[in-house]
Amino acid sequence: MSEVTLRQWLLSDAPTSRRHARLASLYKGWLSFRSNTMAMFGLGILVFLLLVAAFAPLLAPYDPFAQSLSNRLQPIGVEGHLLGTDSLGRDILSRLIYGSRITLYIVALVALIAPVAGLLVGTVAGYVGGWTDTILMRITDIFLAFPRLVLALAFVAALGAGIENAVLAISLTAWPPYARIARAETLTIRSSDYISAIRLQGAGALRIITKHIWPLCVSSLIVRVTLDMAGIILAAAGLGFLGLGAQPPSPEWGAMISEGRRFILDHWWVATVPGLAIFTVSLAFNLLGDGLRDVLDPKDSGQ
Amino acid sequence: MSMIEIGNLDVWFGDGHDRVDAVRQASFSVAEGESFGLVGESGSGKSTILRAITGLAPTWSGQITIEGETLTGKARTRKFYKNVQMVFQDPYASLHPRHSVDQVLGETLHLHGFKDIDARVVKLLDDVGLGGRFRFRYPHQLSGGQRQRVAIARALAGEPDILLLDEPTSALDVSVQAEILNLLTDLRDERKLTYVMVSHDLAVVGHMCDRLAVMKDGEIVEVMSVDALRKMEASHPYSQALLKASIAA
Repeated sequence: MSEVTLRQWLLSDAPTSRRHARLASLYKGWLSFRSNTMAMFGLGILVFLLLVAAFAPLLAPYDPFAQSLSNRLQPIGVEGHLLGTDSLGRDILSRLIYGSRITLYIVALVALIAPVAGLLVGTVAGYVGGWTDTILMRITDIFLAFPRLVLALAFVAALGAGIENAVLAISLTAWPPYARIARAETLTIRSSDYISAIRLQGAGALRIITKHIWPLCVSSLIVRVTLDMAGIILAAAGLGFLGLGAQPPSPEWGAMISEGRRFILDHWWVATVPGLAIFTVSLAFNLLGDGLRDVLDPKDSGQ
Repeated sequence: MSMIEIGNLDVWFGDGHDRVDAVRQASFSVAEGESFGLVGESGSGKSTILRAITGLAPTWSGQITIEGETLTGKARTRKFYKNVQMVFQDPYASLHPRHSVDQVLGETLHLHGFKDIDARVVKLLDDVGLGGRFRFRYPHQLSGGQRQRVAIARALAGEPDILLLDEPTSALDVSVQAEILNLLTDLRDERKLTYVMVSHDLAVVGHMCDRLAVMKDGEIVEVMSVDALRKMEASHPYSQALLKASIAA
């Protein structure tokens, strides 16, 4: 045992404890993820975004709310303002750095609400079947039939503008596709022999759904969530752009584009810089999702 | 006392025009400690009888009595799940792809209310000829025969009296088949188990069973002893044809 390196220990095919087995399978997943250059690139951008959000007060050269009307609409690269200033003379770089916190906040909240709701509805509908299935899936269909942004607009209009309500509105419109995926996966899983086998051991529906069906649905949902994340960021930015999401003077990226729209012909950078930030993060999530699909898809890694 | 009594069993799938009668008027009984075979070609309803007993095929009529207890519908009592267990045909489909051997056996033992789970998992693995080094492996790290041994260990975890074997070796290659069949024979001797074994292979049934029923198109055409089988004394024309075919093969 003395000469065994950490790597050999992790790649052993006869693990010696529960923890060892779990770490080994995580490490193998990491190895296959690491070999995907584009996915690592996406992960790198997101880690960078996380660090920027965490250390925003240290990184930002100015207060994101500090106005300086004599300095308004400065171009990119002007001394002291790397990315220029907006119509109120606020430093765009600082606003971008603080805005990453809002973006991450939206992403985290939506990622917590929508897939969990979809997973619950989908697996219960798929496993229980019968009337439960019919009722739950018709509700899902109704939500799916609305155009997403319009429904979110209606929710925000009813609940009032603001970042929390925007998140809630996006979540309410985002869960039905997850429910559909989870139900479809459940239908293929529920009739398999290993579910029959655990039923024969006397396991109840709750145990089967949470311990046997969820682990198999979760991976495809995670992939779907990361691929949808770009859309969610864009929807949040869209609501911000329409004035129904984050309210001024909050440095939300969509709201920043909306403010810059008025000067887009003469002072293009005011709208373009936050637009590029949204583009970069959306792209990072897409690349990450693609890489995660290769690692997590049970159809590939199960064999 | 007979462990399993089945009388006039009908099993069907679907309703109205779509109704398919998978089993018609099947009757047989299995004594304690006996090993009973069900043979027939694909689609003759052999496996469906096992699924009706375990409640996995909910639409049936007739009478099923297990250890003196008459069953109804698809609901089964905890006692039933403890006494009757099943080994499935395809070991590649009967183990959860994301659960390690330890999780599979540990959860089963937990469901049967055992407390000394760690010790029992090790003992079960020993009993089916897998050492402790297989304990924390995932199904994709096991061969077909090893998987089937895990499935057998899972079926034995609750210490059942009756084991329903649904073609337990047909998905395995020939050398592994023999190992699994010998394991099943040994376990039956040690634990005084009653077997009902479904197979399309007369040689396997001849090796494992005391008596057998021949099925065709959902009906049991003949029940005979294995001795009669060996002496080629089948009385029904279909059984005779089946015998001839298996010798020719």
